[in-house]
Amino acid sequence: MSDKATETEDLITAIETPVYLKYNFTAGAATTRFLHQVRKGKLTGQRRPECDCGHVYVPARGSCAACGLATTEEVELGDKATVQSFTIVWIPIPNNPIQPPYIVANLVPDGANISFIHLMSECDNDSVHIGQRVEAVWKPEEEWDYAMDNIRYFRPLDEPDVPIEMIGKVPLSGWEGEA
Amino acid sequence: MSELLRQQFELGYTYTRSTGPVVGRFLTELRRRRIVGSRGDDGRVYVPPMEFDPVTASALTEFVEVGDHGEVVSWCWISEPRESHPFDQPFAWALVRLDGADVPMVHAVCAEQGQMHTGMRVQARWVEEPRGYITDIECFEPETEGAAS
Repeated sequence: MSDKATETEDLITAIETPVYLKYNFTAGAATTRFLHQVRKGKLTGQRRPECDCGHVYVPARGSCAACGLATTEEVELGDKATVQSFTIVWIPIPNNPIQPPYIVANLVPDGANISFIHLMSECDNDSVHIGQRVEAVWKPEEEWDYAMDNIRYFRPLDEPDVPIEMIGKVPLSGWEGEA
Repeated sequence: MSELLRQQFELGYTYTRSTGPVVGRFLTELRRRRIVGSRGDDGRVYVPPMEFDPVTASALTEFVEVGDHGEVVSWCWISEPRESHPFDQPFAWALVRLDGADVPMVHAVCAEQGQMHTGMRVQARWVEEPRGYITDIECFEPETEGAAS
C-alpha cells in the first residue's frame, strides 16, 4: 500500500500510557500507634520491653527484626536526627510541588536505631553530608494530621558531626561531640 | 488501643511510551480510521503489525490495510465490569480476526450476551475523534445486516 497516509501527517512516535494504582492502605496496629503520636507532634519509636537487642524502631512495623517479638513499648524520640545517607533529587516528579534539586535523606532520630526517609531544606545541597546533625521543622499545630509531612523538612544544626560508627546509636539526650 | 488508621491513595505513573516505527504507523492509521497489519515472510498478515517476523525474526516492512469488519475467534464475557474496564455495561473481550488478516487481535465486543458466539461477524465502532490510540476503535459490535466488509 502507498505511504500517502504518512506523507501528509505526522507519524505517531509516542503515546501517553499512564498507569494508576488505587490502594486502600491499612496502617496496622504499630504504625497506627506511631501516627497517633505524630498527630500530636511527637515522634515515637517502639521496642520490645526489656529487649536484649536494644533496637528502637521508627516508624515501627510491629516487631523487632532482631528477635521477632512484638514491639509493644513506646519510646520517646527527639526532634533532632543524624543524616545516615542522602540523595539529591534532580528529576521533577509529576504533581510533586517540590522543585528540584532537593535532598531526600535517611535520618536516624536521637533515641532510635534505624532511619526513616524525609526531606532536608534550609541547607546548602552541596554541603549536606553523612553524620550531619539536623532538626525537624514542624508545620503549625493546626495543620497536623496522621502524616509524616506534619514535619515539613529537617534543617541543619550547628552541632559536631556524628562519626559513622556512632550513627544510629545517638541517645535521646543528643550529641554534643565525641563522648 | 486506637482504631486502626486506613487511607485510600492512588499511585500514578505518567508514562510516555515510544511506539517505534511499526506500532507508530499502526496508530497513525487508526487516527485515519484505517487498520493496517504487516505481512510476514510466509505471507501471513499480522494485525496489529509486528516489527519482526515471529518465525524468521527478520524485520517486517510491508504494511497491509485490512478491513474493520471481522470474525470473533474466541471471547470471554465480562458480566461485572470493573472500574478499569472500558464500559459500565457487560461486554466481551474477544479475539477478532479482521478481514484480510491471518491472526486475531484482542478488543472489546459490545453486544448482548446471547448474541456472542464464536464465528460471529463484527464491525468496528469508531470514536468521534480518533487520536491514534487502540481505543480509537471504541469496540466491535455485531455486523449490520448486509454490511459490506
